[in-house]
This record gives sequence, structure tokens and C-alpha cells, in this order.
Amino acid sequence: MTTTLYLPKDTTTLSLEGERVASSILQLAQQQNKSIELIRNGSRGMFHLEPLLEVATDKGRIAFGPVTPQDVESLFEADFSNAQFGTNSVCEHPLYLGLTEDIPYLKNQQRLSFARAGVIDPTDIDDYIRHRGFVGLNMALSQSAQQIVDEIKDSGLRGRGGAAFPTGIKWQTVLNCPSTQKYIVCNADEGDSGTFADRLLMEADPYSLIEGMTIAALAVGANQGYIYLRSEYPQAKLILEQAIKTAYTKHFLGDNICGTENHFHLEVRLGAGAYICGEETSLLESLEGKRGLVRAKPPLPAIEGLFGQPTVVNNVLSLAAVPHIIADGADVYANYGQGRSKGTLPFQIAGNVNNGGLVELAFGITLRQLLDQYAAGTASGRQMHSIQVGGPLGAYLTPDQWDTALDYEAFAQIGAVLGHGGIVVFDDTVDLSEQARFSMEFCVEESCGKCTPCRIGSVRGTEVIDKIRRKEDLAANFELLDDLCETMTDMSLCAMGGMTPFPVKSAMQAYRATLDEQDIAQQEALEC
Amino acid sequence: MNATSVESEQQIKVIIDNLKHKPGALLPILHSVQETFEYIPPIAIDLIAKALQQTSAEIHGVISFYRHFHTQKNSTHRVEICRAEACQARGARELEAWAKESLGVDYHQSTSDRNITLDPVYCLGNCSCGPNIRIADDVIARVDPKKFDAIVKGLTTAKVHIQ
Repeated sequence: MTTTLYLPKDTTTLSLEGERVASSILQLAQQQNKSIELIRNGSRGMFHLEPLLEVATDKGRIAFGPVTPQDVESLFEADFSNAQFGTNSVCEHPLYLGLTEDIPYLKNQQRLSFARAGVIDPTDIDDYIRHRGFVGLNMALSQSAQQIVDEIKDSGLRGRGGAAFPTGIKWQTVLNCPSTQKYIVCNADEGDSGTFADRLLMEADPYSLIEGMTIAALAVGANQGYIYLRSEYPQAKLILEQAIKTAYTKHFLGDNICGTENHFHLEVRLGAGAYICGEETSLLESLEGKRGLVRAKPPLPAIEGLFGQPTVVNNVLSLAAVPHIIADGADVYANYGQGRSKGTLPFQIAGNVNNGGLVELAFGITLRQLLDQYAAGTASGRQMHSIQVGGPLGAYLTPDQWDTALDYEAFAQIGAVLGHGGIVVFDDTVDLSEQARFSMEFCVEESCGKCTPCRIGSVRGTEVIDKIRRKEDLAANFELLDDLCETMTDMSLCAMGGMTPFPVKSAMQAYRATLDEQDIAQQEALEC
Repeated sequence: MNATSVESEQQIKVIIDNLKHKPGALLPILHSVQETFEYIPPIAIDLIAKALQQTSAEIHGVISFYRHFHTQKNSTHRVEICRAEACQARGARELEAWAKESLGVDYHQSTSDRNITLDPVYCLGNCSCGPNIRIADDVIARVDPKKFDAIVKGLTTAKVHIQ
């Protein structure tokens, strides 16, 4: 009997010698005459357990991990490929994790967009269809454009790229434009440090993105789509292009989708290492073959976007949420979450933690609860000190702020952002003034250069922070930094310059508090 | 590959002809040229400009905007270290200091034997497993100074990129 094994082929697994694990498995199986089929799935998002090897059994998949090339021989000795749940020799293997679905990290999540991640073979379209793939598209094909847009509006879905603009309203704007040429552009330029959800989805379940984009095209009357993918993700490109090719062959893309009168063409376009191209107007410039300079808004891309035509620009996660919303209904999706933050967000736990990975949950859990339940402490074994949420333009949060609910409004209230859901944990060795300087430096490096507050402000910012770090004229320089941040916030053309003050101010505020403590301590020492 | 030969000019023309009909064709053309030659040879800039009815200055302007494109032939190996926050939280600052010291170069510089060029990169999307580095298209996770030395040794002796 042939045993089916699963080993991911996503970037993380590859970065941890996944290919050597795969080739060892194939080699030993051949030597020992074991009949196996090794399927290269996507990651389940438990990166502390990658490479995660799974064996299909009657009771479900049994997992082993993290598997290094050196572990493969001992797995064969334990006869892992004949594993049955509860069989002793296998259970005793140090990498044995039991049934994959029962691993608490996975079991306690609320996976809607990532339900198929790691379950299916990413490029096998039949596997996708067996797991409720294209159910949403088939329903959308029998609905009017307005019905689809209404469903998305009712779901409360907001842009998952970070700006959290209601997706349905954006789609309505494009639908209302009379133009005959409209575009769907997927923003897959996931440049925020601490985020990897887009990559994980594209590498694990590319058809869900293709399906979401096709539904978006039906909803607004577009016939051409582009996935603007960052060049740092070659593995995602490979998988997406394979999936797109198959979708064309099976008539889920191209002319006359599923035998209807609808046409939708889709292509992957590569970015070229510019963080700013994750900003939607810069992205459009880049797609047009230009320098990625930010455009002034208005006009909104929804009205005058790519090549001057009405364009939906949505993040990967927004588009990948769409098939589920259409298939299961807006109200099912809207039942998750709280307040105006409906549905789920794939939180990405990164930085100095033991158990980093992707955790899809409804909005509303607090930052502290999330880390207590999933992160398993810092990798260094030291105290958690500060947490940057929302990428390089997100604030650094200190312990007194960790009880904030992960919800767009709650974060806005404390002067922070949820962004794309990236959470980067630092231990108590972090020097926050150094982090603040890095935020300014990053802005120097990545500014498109079009507006002065961002282009020059960031350079001046690094200089002022350097002075503060040298303890030069502290009061005056703190005031100058505040002024500078205010100018950048109010006067920058886009979020690059406009939001750099979030990490800078939050980090410097925490740094200043430590200075004050030191001053007090010094004074006390003098008085004694 | 010698990018000044008639043969490479021909290759560049084929690339341009295959892609120039696409809307916004410039980036796909530049990617394809760089994939073929590992950099963008000066002759390509003039050929692309002519085909797209733009000036060479405009093409150069686009190339210089994007970190990914290079107009000079690489050293044998480009080693990129992730400088972004998630890797910093896991020791990337120590790693970059060590890399600079042990290779005797700063960022954007090559070792004297032209074997290794050191570059920064801002996030490779592997943020739970840092510090990350990249060599060609291969991301390598959890790189500490010791692992870095072993990787560099592999590059120096074998001159093939390793997993």
C-alpha cells in the first residue's frame, strides 16, 4: 500500500533545509522499498515546527517536526511511514506530534482564509475543488454585480493591507464607473517586517487568491487582473504561475470563464525591491513601467487607477477572504470579530519568540492573550520588553499597552496601528532609541523622494535622534523631534513619511522615560 | 557571459520583442534581461529605450529607482543580510557587524577577490526564523555568526550556493 506523506515547499521550509529532508526521505524510501507518495504542500504556519512532515492515516494526518535532514534516518527506523495514531514505536519518536489537527497551536485558531493552507497540494486544482474551492465563484457567476458588491459590504470586510478601508465601498466606486476597461490589482508587495501571511497564502493556497480576484472582476466588470508580487518571493511566483496556468486550462481564467460570457485574464508582475511600491499609487506607477513615485490623491485609484482606468487595488488577504464570504454568506463572516472590525485577521507572530507563526483569529483577542497563548516566550529566554505591531510603520508598545484588544479602533485609540497584522517581539536587550533611529533610516532608504517631509524629514530625523542618543541638549532636541514628527505626519503625501512617526515617537517616548528614571536615580544618588 | 557581443545584443532584442507588446512592459523586460545576464548591460538600456520610444535617461531612471536591478556585473556571490526589525529582534545587528568584520567590507562592497558582495535587504518574509540571509534566490534561516562563517567558507571553496 502506498503511504501519502506531506512536506511543505514554502519559503520557510526551504530556508530550513527542507529540500534535503525531502531528498533524504525519497532516497531512504527507495532503498528500503517503501511505497510512498511525497506531496509538497504549503505550510500550516507553525514555523517553529517546520519542516513539518505529515503521514496520512485513517484517523487523520500524523505530524513530525521540526525535521532536520539528520532526523530522517531515525524516522525510518521508527517505521514512521506506517504510523497509526497511538502506535507505540512511532509515538516514542522525539519528533512525534500526534494528529496535526489536534496540535493546540492549530486547533484553537479560527481559520477561514487559511482553512486550506497546508492541507491541500497548492497547485493541484482538483484538490482545491475537493476542499470547497470555486464554490464562491460558481455562486458569484449566477449573481448580479451589485449583489456581489452588497455581499462584500455586508460582510464588513476591510482592507487587510493595513489601511482597513471598507472593501465593499471600494468595489462599489469601481462598479459605478462607466468605463469599459477596468482592472483588478492584487497588492502582493508584502514588505512589512514581521509579516508573511500573503506569502504563506500564495504558497499554500494560490487558487483562493485567483478565485477572489475573479469574483472581484465579476463584481466591478473588470476583465484584466495583475498580481504585483515582490521580487523577494520567487517561490510564491513559481507556485502562483503554475496555478494560473492550470486555472486557464480548466477555464477558471481566460475567455468565457466556466462556460459563461465572462472574461478575466490574470498575470503575475514582479516588483523590484522597493518597499514604497506597497503603497497603492506607487504600485500602479510601477505596474505602468515607471519609477514607483507616489501619486497625489485624488483622483482615487478606484476612479483613475492603472493606465488611468478604474482599478480595484486590494491586498492578498482581502481578496483571499472573498471566496469564503460569497460561499458561506456575509453574515457568517461578520459574526466573527467585534465592533467595526469584522471577520478574522491572520496575526503573524515574529521576532524574538519561541513559537512564531501564523494565527488566524477573530478580531478582539488582546495582544497579551495572543502572545501568552501562542508565542511560548522569547527565543532568548529573556523578558519580553516591547512589541512592534503593524510593520515598520507601526508603534512600539510597552507592557502597559499589551492589554489592548487587537481591533482596528482599539489600536487607533492608543496611537497605534494593526496594519497587516505583523507582531514583532523584542526582549529587554532592545535599545529603543536605536530602533527609533532605524525607523527614520528605513524611511531614508525607502522614501520615493517625491515629497519633502518624507525625503528630507527622515534624514533630519536620524540626525536629531543621534544627538539625543549622544545626550546633547536633550530638552531642545526632543522638542525638535516632536516638531519634525508632526510635520511628517501632517504634510507627507503617503503613509511612508506620514506614519514613520508612529514607531519613532512611541520608541522615543519609552526611551525618554528610561532617561528620566536615570536622572532621578542620579539625583537621588547625589542627595545621599 | 560577455554582454558586449553581437550574440547578446541579439538575445536582448529577442527579449524585448517578446515582451514589448505588454502594457507597462518595462519592468518585465528589465527582469528578463537581468535574469539572462545577471545584470543589465549598458547596451540593453539603449535597445529598450528605442523599442519603448523612451529616452535612455528615462530607462536608467527606472533602473536606478529599484534596488533589485544592477547595472554592473556581480561578484560571484551576492550575500544579502536582512536588516528589518523582526530579524533585528533575533540578533541581526550582531550578525551584520560580524559579516562586515569577517569579510572586511561594508554594505554595497565586494571582497577584494570579487567573490562576495555584501548587501542589505529589508525583509524576506521569514520573520519567525531570523536572522535571515539570502544568497541568490535561496533564503537561509537562523543564521548566527558561526553558521555565517560556515556558509561563507562553502562559497569560497566550492563556489556553488548552498541550501
